[in-house]
Amino acid sequence: MSAADDAGAAVTVRGPARWQGARLSWGWLGTVPFFAFAILFLIAPTAYLVVGAFQDATGAFTLDNLAGLFSPDIVAAYRISIEVSVASAGLGAVIGFFLAYAIVHGGLPGWIRPTIVTFSGVASNFAGIPLAFAFLATLGRLGLVTLFLRDTFGINIYRMGFNVVSFWGLTVTYMYFQIPLMVLIIVPALDGLKREWREAALILGATKRQYWTNVALPVLLPSLLGCFLLLFANAFGAVATAYALTGSSLNIVPILLYAQIRGDVLYNPNLGYALAFGMILITGCSNLLYIVLRMRAERWQR
Amino acid sequence: MKGSRLGPTIVILVAAAYFLLPLMATFEFSLSMIRGVWSFEAYRVVFADPEFRHTFTFSVVAAVAAILLGALLVVPTAYWVRLRFPRLRSVVEFITLLPLVIPPIVLVFGYIRMYNSSSLVPLTATAGGTNVLLVLGYVTLSLPYMYRAVDTGMGAIDIRTLTEAGESLGASRGRILATVILPNVRAAVLSGAFLTFAIVIGEFVLASLLNRPAFGPYLALIGTNRAYEPSALAMIAFAVTWACMVLMQSLGARPAHKARQRR
Repeated sequence: MSAADDAGAAVTVRGPARWQGARLSWGWLGTVPFFAFAILFLIAPTAYLVVGAFQDATGAFTLDNLAGLFSPDIVAAYRISIEVSVASAGLGAVIGFFLAYAIVHGGLPGWIRPTIVTFSGVASNFAGIPLAFAFLATLGRLGLVTLFLRDTFGINIYRMGFNVVSFWGLTVTYMYFQIPLMVLIIVPALDGLKREWREAALILGATKRQYWTNVALPVLLPSLLGCFLLLFANAFGAVATAYALTGSSLNIVPILLYAQIRGDVLYNPNLGYALAFGMILITGCSNLLYIVLRMRAERWQR
Repeated sequence: MKGSRLGPTIVILVAAAYFLLPLMATFEFSLSMIRGVWSFEAYRVVFADPEFRHTFTFSVVAAVAAILLGALLVVPTAYWVRLRFPRLRSVVEFITLLPLVIPPIVLVFGYIRMYNSSSLVPLTATAGGTNVLLVLGYVTLSLPYMYRAVDTGMGAIDIRTLTEAGESLGASRGRILATVILPNVRAAVLSGAFLTFAIVIGEFVLASLLNRPAFGPYLALIGTNRAYEPSALAMIAFAVTWACMVLMQSLGARPAHKARQRR
């Protein structure tokens, strides 16, 4: 077979015929590095944890680890994680949608759209520890906004129960990368919302409200839900921002897993695997749903 | 039409306040290290810190290594799959999107278990091996962005005709890839590269759990020990991210335009 391939490598004009012949030969070797890399550094490490989640210390099959996830501490961690992710994804999706709608269909000056899209590219990647520093300087106890509100309006947000190291503090911080991400992924869908549909609806006597409820929202709904799920998974897996912002005072799953990897705080390595498995399960499901919704949404974007 | 602009304007103004206030606050805080005057003292302290220079250099080297390795992995694969195995494209694309599904902390947890000192491939047993593992982890994290950029770039050129032209001139596969295909997707590779750089430079989870002296863990350490330096570092990180994105967009836009003119 390799002889046939060598013959084909010589100069020939019958390209397509040679490709057909070569398909049976060693052409697949070209994809080996990629698949080897993917298996070694993506799939196998994940599979190792998933398998470990179903094993006890001796390697025998067990469901105890998964049952262990239902201890009050871990359930509480998953709950706070899901709450922060839902809140930041929900608010991020809604606000991002309005922002995207304003730049696409708002009739604003032409320079606004590219400026906001570029800034969104920057802000959606400005996550992690520097973002936490920025919000500590803004809404921390001595933050600019905190002091401004206290000195100018006499509003002490900390006395009102706000704390940047809390559920709402984390949510407001996460929205700094969630809103721009929403803008970046929803703008193409809004571009697909054709002006003609609106005009047709108005000519047929529809009110603005009817246009939204009967035309625009049904078309956009799969995109909106899909984006929400993507933002949810994005927030759910984030560690660095929360770690730098709250230390370990807010008990969310990624922080718990971080502590577990560092020092086996659960005193059971296999329970740690189960914790990771639970994370994969949640982000995996939301991404799967996202893909399904995206395929539905793309029908309207041609 | 004019009245309907009020809503969008308010939305933009509120959003601008939300996004610019933290930057202003951070900048103001970074300038107030010396009581009573505004100065760049915090920046001077940061730049004078040898740890800053070491960790920043470490992360830059790791990022460049990850970019080179990622390009070496992604460009031939995207080319080969498009040319010879179009049916595999959706499989490869799905795999490259997996790092967005599997949280980085889970990924590095798997690395630590699979490549620990008592395993078959004890990468974490030595500092050099751990550095390799860190770079490979960064390649994995950047896979979704790198592959998408390069694959889109390949879609914009006719690789089949270019390959046939190269072959009829007697060029080998490797030569076609290096001298015909790569220059044509250079802009795509660079745009993936800048995005990778922006992600890797301040990355915390992998570097921290693999115990490498990278910029991310340094940031975390400074954040717990100092008052004004974190703000200066946050401004530096923002500037780096901003530069990467601007370079990415300007490179992404220009060569496509040029190529069209040349044709």
